[in-house]
Amino acid sequence: MGMRTIIPFGPQHPVLPEPIHLDLVLEDEKVIEAIPRIGFIHRGLEKLVEKKDYQEFVYVAERICGICAFIHGLTYSLAAEKLMNIEAPRRAQFLRVIWSEIARLQSHLLWMGLMADAFGFESLFMHSWRIREKILNIIEETTGGRVIFSSCKVGGVRYDIDNDTLKRIVRDLKEYEKEMRAVGDVFLKDSSVRHRLCGVGVLSKEEAYRLGAVGPMLRASNFAQDLRQTGYCVYGELDFAPVVHPDGDAYARCAVRIGELYQSISLIAQAVDKIEEGPIDVKLRGFPTGECFVRTEQPRGEVIYYAKANGTKFLERLRVRTPTFANIPALLKCLPGCELADVPVLVLTVDPCISCTER
Amino acid sequence: MISESTIEPATVSDIVTRVEALYRDGWRLAQIGCTRTADGAEINYSFDKALTLRTLRVTLKSLQETLPSVSRVCFPAFHYENEIHDLFGIPVDGMAIDYKGDFYRKAHPAPFAKPPEEKKDV
Repeated sequence: MGMRTIIPFGPQHPVLPEPIHLDLVLEDEKVIEAIPRIGFIHRGLEKLVEKKDYQEFVYVAERICGICAFIHGLTYSLAAEKLMNIEAPRRAQFLRVIWSEIARLQSHLLWMGLMADAFGFESLFMHSWRIREKILNIIEETTGGRVIFSSCKVGGVRYDIDNDTLKRIVRDLKEYEKEMRAVGDVFLKDSSVRHRLCGVGVLSKEEAYRLGAVGPMLRASNFAQDLRQTGYCVYGELDFAPVVHPDGDAYARCAVRIGELYQSISLIAQAVDKIEEGPIDVKLRGFPTGECFVRTEQPRGEVIYYAKANGTKFLERLRVRTPTFANIPALLKCLPGCELADVPVLVLTVDPCISCTER
Repeated sequence: MISESTIEPATVSDIVTRVEALYRDGWRLAQIGCTRTADGAEINYSFDKALTLRTLRVTLKSLQETLPSVSRVCFPAFHYENEIHDLFGIPVDGMAIDYKGDFYRKAHPAPFAKPPEEKKDV
């Protein structure tokens, strides 16, 4: 048996944009055990629901995370609408799908850049973020913001996008897809990238499911579950299947996210084809009452909102279970057996969003 | 369409065996969450299978009542239980990984234990 040491990893580390800490128990250079610690920046945003009324809270929900902002706002709005027994108009539902997929594109491209940076491929990092800038331009053009969309509200959406602009956006995305495929091919075919990712941090299908993994982390272990299959908004009317990969390693997680880029563009094109004319919001009457669970698919996986209301304009309780929080046990399973040098890459394959986790 | 969801009552004494049975039956732990009630709390254990959400609800009469940990039979529960302990101050017995109150850094102990204030503007 080699010498055992404990190496602290984080909360400040070059590959970590946000703080998470791992105590790594090593035997020589091999990780034997990892103990996580989060909570360095916990904000207690769930408690704010007692002070912000149910309509204002959409703004807080969007600020849970700067990368998954739109889908947080959407999930909260779906929960409030369920409690008020109302449904957003059809055009708003299509716009919600379009913005959700645009958000997924920018999030996955952000992750690709961070991942390339983590394994030392600087030009790949720059190309990923160069394409991401174009997606951010679409977000700015359609919502006015580049990070926080503020386009979703209880009962619908705040802004419309005219049909000509939607068609032009689809044409632009088809062009960007060529660039994404060029960058994606480097990720998937370059020998140095494959050498770094293949066979690292393997999680079997059974382990991923039993450990409660969600999103690309689960689908990269060949488990075809995606909350968009439940058909919320108008996903049920669009043709798609979860992107899966059989290998369950770091490379597979990379491949799933890259596959989801092309899938998002296809979903946006389908939604633009099918979008209907009509109002974009409904008038709200009364206050939410009762309780509900609502689940949607964020770029990092399933997010769960639990909302409880008592007929006043303030919710009694809002609980947010974010995908990164659910993926922590799976990360702990991946780490033992890997080399110390693989830890930063493995942590990034979860696509950790600590801002979400520290809601 | 939003995925199907059910809520079933459970008790402190049977929660471990019921969670174990669900877990063995192929249900994936989706979340554990706590909601403050007038005197105590409701703990929701949610499981997912084929996009259906099934929740077991344990009602605690007070925040001092000890909750048995389910993390020995369902490992991914450990961080949810530490979260409940840290934010609500509810003692959880037998956690697979016990941070002893240091899972979250907090300015005040059990910040979510305080019940919601009465609102006049409704």
